[in-house]
Amino acid sequence: MSLLEIENVSKSFGNKKVLNKVSLKLEKGMIMGLLGKNGSGKTTLLKLINDLLTPDEGKILVNGNEVGVLSKKDISFLPERTYLEPNMRVEEVLNFFKEFYEDFDIEKARKLLEKLDLDEKARLSKMSKGMKEKVQLVLVMSRKAKLYILDEPLGGVDPSTRDYILKTIISNFSEDSSLLISTHLISDVEKILDQVVFIDQGQIVLHEKADELRDKNNCSVDEVFRRMLKC
Amino acid sequence: MGFDFDNDRPIYLQIIEYIKKMIVCGYYLPNQKLQSIREFAEELGVNPNTVQKALFELETMGLVFTERTNGKYVTADVKVIENVKNNLLKDRAKKFFYEMKEIGLNEKEAIEYLLKNGGKE
Repeated sequence: MSLLEIENVSKSFGNKKVLNKVSLKLEKGMIMGLLGKNGSGKTTLLKLINDLLTPDEGKILVNGNEVGVLSKKDISFLPERTYLEPNMRVEEVLNFFKEFYEDFDIEKARKLLEKLDLDEKARLSKMSKGMKEKVQLVLVMSRKAKLYILDEPLGGVDPSTRDYILKTIISNFSEDSSLLISTHLISDVEKILDQVVFIDQGQIVLHEKADELRDKNNCSVDEVFRRMLKC
Repeated sequence: MGFDFDNDRPIYLQIIEYIKKMIVCGYYLPNQKLQSIREFAEELGVNPNTVQKALFELETMGLVFTERTNGKYVTADVKVIENVKNNLLKDRAKKFFYEMKEIGLNEKEAIEYLLKNGGKE
């Protein structure tokens, strides 16, 4: 059984079809990159998996359960936009997460924050964009979830922060879980991906192992993407 | 991150080359225990599955072996290591002579040039 199974999922907003019969499987222990341009349907797909939107047709199974209360326990989601109250201090957010999620490992979160030089006493509103992104990533990666979903985790960070974030992702993900990362910054993340999925105009146009794609085309995933989607 | 990968080529091949070189140059000694897959992954900034694939290939080549539950080790067979080293040397030498030929030196001239000037200015 796959950890994530998406079958024939479609979603429209008004008369705009954002996702068109998308099917996708993600096995345990894998890091998958969901790659697409802005407006290709990435975030909508992630929202459907997280039960923040309902599909018009098709179904989504997470660890064998249809999305809903059960699947939320299995998924740790880093949304593109922050949902944290800016006036909170980091330590308050930690306690909030501890109360909210049974699987939140507050000790692990503290250690990670320390490693990333983040002060628990600091208020989110006083932090830079990069620092806030780090805090949110720490929160998400400190849950013992089955499926981690990161929507554009490297949005506004500098290269050294990016390396830190990638390292944090690699060292905190276990063989029993899987990771789905959406991004349009392909060259930054491609070396940590097992599998790549290209999404364009609401449809999956390619799904392959990253190294096989490089081998076949003699170039980077980023390059294949540019050629295929003409950008 | 520790190692600069070329995104144009399969990452697992580059990890194989990297570990191979570390073994033939003596950084890892025969029968020495290698760090865990996870440690390699963190060090190199790549996916643990990719490291696993590279180590599997190295194992198929006989350069690495698995001690049940205890991790991966460099082979104790010095001959295997010598062999790999010789092949690497042969490849590099061939490439060198090929490039010198492109510039107009035959093998003998290329060797003479090396003996006289080395890589110096």
